Amino acid sequence: MTDLLTPVLTENWGKDKSWTYDFYAQHGGFEAAKKALKMKPEEVMNTVKDAGLRGRGGAGFPTGVKWSFIPQANPKPKYLIVNADESEPGTCKDMPLLLASPHLLLEGIVISAYAVNCHQAYIYIRGEAAHVARRMQAAVASMYEHGWFGKDIQGTGFDLDVTVHSGAGAYICGEETALLESLEGRRGQPRLKPPFPAVEGLFASPTVVNNVESISTVPSIIKNGVDWFASMGTEKSNGFTIYSISGHVARPGQYEAPLGTTFRQLLQLAGGIRKGHQLKFFTPGGSSTPMLTEEHLDTPLDFEGLAAVGSMLGTKAMQTFDETTSVVRTTTRWAEFYQHESCGKCTPCREGTQWLVQILKKLEAGQGEEGDVDKLLAVCDDINGLSFCTLAGGAVSCVTSAIAHFRPEFELGYTTPAWEAFPYEKSALFEGGVK
Amino acid sequence: MTDVVQTDLVTLTIDDTQVSVPKGTTIIRAAEKIGIAIPRFCDHPLLDPRGSCRQCLVDVLDAGNGRGFPAAQASCTMTVAEGMVVRTQFTSEKAKKAQAGIMELLLINHPLDCPICDKAGECPLQNQAMSVGRGDTRFDGEKRHYPKPLEVTPQLLLDRERCILCARCTRFVEEIAGDPFISLASRGRNQQVAVYPEAESGSLYSGNVVQICPVGAFTAKSYRFNARPFDLVSVDTTCEHCASGCSLRTDQRHGKVRRRLAGFNPEVNEEWNCDKGRFAFASGHIDRVETPLVRVNGELQPASWPEAIRAAAAGLKKAGDKVGVLPGGRLTLENAYAYSKFARVALGTNNIDYRSRRGSKEEATFLLSAVAGATTPSYADLETAKQVVLVAFDPEYESPIVQLRLIKAVKKGLKVVNLSAIRTSRSDKLKAEWIPVEPGAEAAALGKVKLDADSIILVGERGALAAGALKAVVEAANKSGARWAWIPRRAGEIGAVESGCLPNALPGGRPVADVKARVDVATAWGLETIPGNVGLDAVEIVNAGAEGLLDALVIGGVELRDLPDPAAAMQAIDRSFTVSLENRLSQAALLADVVLPTALIEEQSGHFLNWEHRAGVVNKVVKSSAMTDLEILDLIATEMDAPIALDSTEKASNEWAGFGNWEGERPALETEPIEAQPEGVLLTAWSEPLWASAANDGEENLAASARAEFAALSEATAKSLGLEAGDEVSVSGDVASIRLPLQVREMVDGTIWIPANSRQGTLGELGAAVGHVVTVAKEGK
Repeated sequence: MTDLLTPVLTENWGKDKSWTYDFYAQHGGFEAAKKALKMKPEEVMNTVKDAGLRGRGGAGFPTGVKWSFIPQANPKPKYLIVNADESEPGTCKDMPLLLASPHLLLEGIVISAYAVNCHQAYIYIRGEAAHVARRMQAAVASMYEHGWFGKDIQGTGFDLDVTVHSGAGAYICGEETALLESLEGRRGQPRLKPPFPAVEGLFASPTVVNNVESISTVPSIIKNGVDWFASMGTEKSNGFTIYSISGHVARPGQYEAPLGTTFRQLLQLAGGIRKGHQLKFFTPGGSSTPMLTEEHLDTPLDFEGLAAVGSMLGTKAMQTFDETTSVVRTTTRWAEFYQHESCGKCTPCREGTQWLVQILKKLEAGQGEEGDVDKLLAVCDDINGLSFCTLAGGAVSCVTSAIAHFRPEFELGYTTPAWEAFPYEKSALFEGGVK
Repeated sequence: MTDVVQTDLVTLTIDDTQVSVPKGTTIIRAAEKIGIAIPRFCDHPLLDPRGSCRQCLVDVLDAGNGRGFPAAQASCTMTVAEGMVVRTQFTSEKAKKAQAGIMELLLINHPLDCPICDKAGECPLQNQAMSVGRGDTRFDGEKRHYPKPLEVTPQLLLDRERCILCARCTRFVEEIAGDPFISLASRGRNQQVAVYPEAESGSLYSGNVVQICPVGAFTAKSYRFNARPFDLVSVDTTCEHCASGCSLRTDQRHGKVRRRLAGFNPEVNEEWNCDKGRFAFASGHIDRVETPLVRVNGELQPASWPEAIRAAAAGLKKAGDKVGVLPGGRLTLENAYAYSKFARVALGTNNIDYRSRRGSKEEATFLLSAVAGATTPSYADLETAKQVVLVAFDPEYESPIVQLRLIKAVKKGLKVVNLSAIRTSRSDKLKAEWIPVEPGAEAAALGKVKLDADSIILVGERGALAAGALKAVVEAANKSGARWAWIPRRAGEIGAVESGCLPNALPGGRPVADVKARVDVATAWGLETIPGNVGLDAVEIVNAGAEGLLDALVIGGVELRDLPDPAAAMQAIDRSFTVSLENRLSQAALLADVVLPTALIEEQSGHFLNWEHRAGVVNKVVKSSAMTDLEILDLIATEMDAPIALDSTEKASNEWAGFGNWEGERPALETEPIEAQPEGVLLTAWSEPLWASAANDGEENLAASARAEFAALSEATAKSLGLEAGDEVSVSGDVASIRLPLQVREMVDGTIWIPANSRQGTLGELGAAVGHVVTVAKEGK
C-alpha cells in the first residue's frame, strides 16, 4: 500500500535537522531555483500553468493562471503573499511542512516571485503558531545569509525581500482579503471585491496570494517538469498533495499521495478505523466541507470527484469519526468554532452562527423542541450564500450535511441528551479522555 | 445646443422596468432612480459601500453575461452591467425571502425596546422590519446584553444592544469627518462600536452619527427622552451660526425647539452639519428679554411697546447724525438691510458697521470693492479644484462644512496649502502642505505660492488682521487666473456686506463716496440725498462714543466682548443714548437706555447668504408674536417721521433684490501701513466654535465636548522663555491675563497661539490682538 505514497513535499520529514539550510542544500535544494532564474519569468509562469498545479488552500484555482492575472504594466510594486494561516479544523499539513522543510517554501517563493516580477514577499503565519514563525524567521535569515534573498540574488540581478508576519490568531485571516487587511495592520475582515487582489491587493498594489503547499510544490515542477507532475493525479486535478487524517484511525497523520486517491486507500495507509470500530462519517477537506459517510469511501479525492458528491476537496483534511461519535455533538463543536471565528462584519454570519449554536446546544442537551431541526435548516437557508464571504457557508454546510445524513440523531435531541445516546468517553481517543 | 452623447450609460432592467445609469452605479442607486426602494442599513450614498448588513439582497437573474446568481446578491455593492436583469423584493420570492431572513437575523439580538427608544417612529430598522420582515420571530434564545448606555462623549450615548453593526457611524467619522474617535472592535458576536481611549475629544461633527444611525444606538444626551418623532413638527431652515450656510431641519414641539438635524442640501452641506449647528440652540431662552425695557431713573423698567418705541425715537431724533449703528454680524439679510436703510433714512448717517470683531480699514474697502456682489467659487468648485490655498483661515473651526468638503476633495486629489503660524491637526487631516507664516506676513507668503487657474484661495476673517493680505489675495488671483473666496465666520456677514452695513458701502456694493451710487440709493429710498462722507467704522464708533463725541448708539446682537475694546464699548454705551435690539440681556442690553426684544432665529423668516453668496432660506419654526429687528426699526423710523417702510421680511427681501449689483467704479484696494511691533512674542489666535460663545450658552453637554483650551509655542520659543510642555503659562495683553497649559507644537518661532474666545476672556478683554505682542510668563506646573 505504501507505493501509493508520493513523497515530494514530505520526503525529508523526520530526517535529522531537515529544517536547516545545509540539509536542504545537500539534498537537492535550490536546483529548481537555479534553473528558474535562468529561464524567462513568462517561461516559469507557463511551466506552472502547463503543469496544471491547482491551489492547495482549498479553492483549487490554477496557480499559474492566478499569477497571470497580475498586471505587469502596473507601475506599482507587485507582492507575493504566502498564506500560512492554516486554521481549518482538522487541517494540519502546512505547519508540519514548514517545520520540517521550511526551505522548500522559500525556494518556491524565489521561483514564484521571479515569475510574477515581485520583489517583496510575505509569509503570513497563523498567530497561534509561534513556533512555526520562529522556524521560518530562522530559515529566512539563512536565505539572506546565502544570498537567496536580498539584492541581486545569486548574482542574477533579481532582488527579493521576504518578511515573516504573524497574524493575531483569526480563522478569517485565511480568507485572502482579510489576510491583506491584517497584513496592512487593520482588523482582519474581508474586503469588498472587486477590486480583486491581483489588481489592488496589499497596499492597493497587484498581489498574488498562494497557499504554502502550492508554492512549496513549485520547485518540484520546475525541477522535474510538466510531464512528471501531470503523470500524477487525475485528468483535471494534477499532481500530489498532502492529506491530513485525524480522528478515529489507527495511525493519524499526513499522507502525501496523488490527487484522486480514495478515502478507502487513505484509510488503509492510516491503519484503518481504530480497532473494533466502524467508520461513521468523515470530512473530506476540513469541517467546512460537507461531511461524507461510508458510501463515499471510493470517491476520488480530487476537485471534481468531491464536487460530484456535493462536497469539496477543501484542505484535504479527513476528520474521521467512528460509530461511538455523536454527530450532534461534533456539529455543535464545529458551529461553536464558526461562531467564535466569525469576524462579525456581516449579519448572516455574525448573527446566524450564534443562533445555530443556541439551537444545537439545546439539541445536544436533549432539550430540543419539535421543529428545531427544521428551524436549524431554515436558519442555514437564511445564511447560505448570503454572507459577505464564504466563512458562513462552511458553518452552514457542516450542519446541513450532518442533518442530511443523520437527521434522526438530531431529532433524538428533542428527548435525549447526546451524551446519553453516545457516551462521550467511548469516543475519546485516549484513556481518560473527555468525559 | 449640441447633443452630448453620454457613452458611459449602462441599461439594465429592475423589476421589469428599464433604467439607464452611469457605469459604476450600484444596483441599489439605479433602483432608486426608478422609485424602487430596496431596504438597507449599512448603505449610505455618501459613504463608501460596505456590503455588511446584507439587507439589500436582490435576485440577479442575469448579471449582464447571460448568467444569473444562484443566491441573492447585495445590491449596495454590485455595480450595474449592460443587460443586467434584477428583481427586488417586489417581484422576486427569492429576494423577498432573503431579505426577511436577514431582518430576522438582525432582530435576534435587537432589544424590543421601541416604546422607550428615541428612534422609534423614525427608525429605519423599525420601518423596514415592518415592510420586509416576517412579523414574528422564530428566535427563542438569549439575546446579547451590554450595560447601557455607554457615554462616548459628553454629548453622545451609545446603546450597544441596539446596534446592528452597520458601521455607518465609524465610516462617517473616518471617511467624512476624518476624526476616528470611534471604531468597530472585537469580533464576531462581540463586535461593537468602541471609543478610542486616546482620542483627544470627540469631534466637531459627532452629532452626525446620531442622525445616520439607522437604529437608536446613538442618541444625543440633549434630546434623549425629550420628544417622540411623531409629536414633532419639522421645518426646513438654515443654520444661523456660521457662514457655511447649512440647511437644517428644526423640530419643535409645543412651541419649543427640541432638536436640530442636518438638512439635505447636496450643494452645500450634503447631509452633514457641525455640533454647534446641531446642538447650540438653547441660548435664546436663558435670559430672554420678555418685554421692552426703558431706563427710568437709572433703572431698566418694563415698558409697553408704544412707550419704548417713543422713547427710542425721541432719543435718536435728538441725537441727530451724532449717532452710530452696530448691527452685529448675525442678522438675516433682510434685517441687515433694514439697519442699513434705517441708518441712512432715519438717522441720516453712514456711521454703521456690522463688524463686531476686529476688522481694518483696508478690509472695509475690500468688502466694498471685492466682496460685495462677487462671483465666488462654490462648494462644488472646491471639489474640482486642483489646489486650495488657505490664508488666515482654519476651515474646520471657522467654517466647518468647508472643511468637510475639502476632506472629500482631498480624497479626489486636491492639494491644500495652508499658510499659518501653526501646524494643526485639522490641516493634517487635509494632508495640507503647511507653510509657516508669521502672523501679519500672509501677503508676502502668498506671493511665493504657485497659483494657476485651477487654484482657489480661501481667506478667512483674520485676513483683515494682516496688512495687505486681502489685497494680495485679489491681486494674486487676478495675476494667476486663480479664484478666491472670503469666508467670514458669522452667518450674517455676507448679507451685511451686500446690504450696506458698512460705513463706506450702500446696498449692492454701491460706494458711499460715489455720487451716482448715492443718487441711485437715495432715489430708491425716496430721499433727497444720502450723506456723502464715509462714516465711522465700528472701532471709531466705539471710540467716539467713549469720548462723548456721539449722542446715540443703535446696537443689534453684538457681544461686547467680541469687540476689539469691550471696555471702551461699555463706556460708549454709558455715555450715549443707546437703543439695544436684543433677545437676551446681553452686556449691551443691560447698559442701554431702551431695550427692544427681538425674535429668536426660530421665530423669524428671511435669508442668510453663505460664503458662496448663496441664499439659504430661514423659515419660522415656532409661532411667536416677537418682532424681528426690521419690524422694530420700521416702528422707530415711523415714530421719527422718517419711515423706512419695511414692515415685513418680504418687503425687505424684494427691495434689496431690486438694487442689483453696482456696475460702476469701486475704490481701489489699499494696504494700511504695518504697525511696528516692539520686541516680544507675537500673538496668533482664532475662535473655536465650542469655546466661549454666547450662542453655546445653556448647552452643557456641548461645552463639555469641546477640547481643552491651551496655549502653544514652538519648541525653540518655549525653551528661550524657560518653558516646557505642560507648564501653566500666563498670557497677558494690555488689559488682562489668562492662564493656560502649554503645548509645544510645530509653529513659527516667536509666536504664541491662544484661543481667541477663551472662557477666561476674549482677545478684546485681554487687550490683545493677532499680530501684536503679548507677554508670556510661567505660572508653575
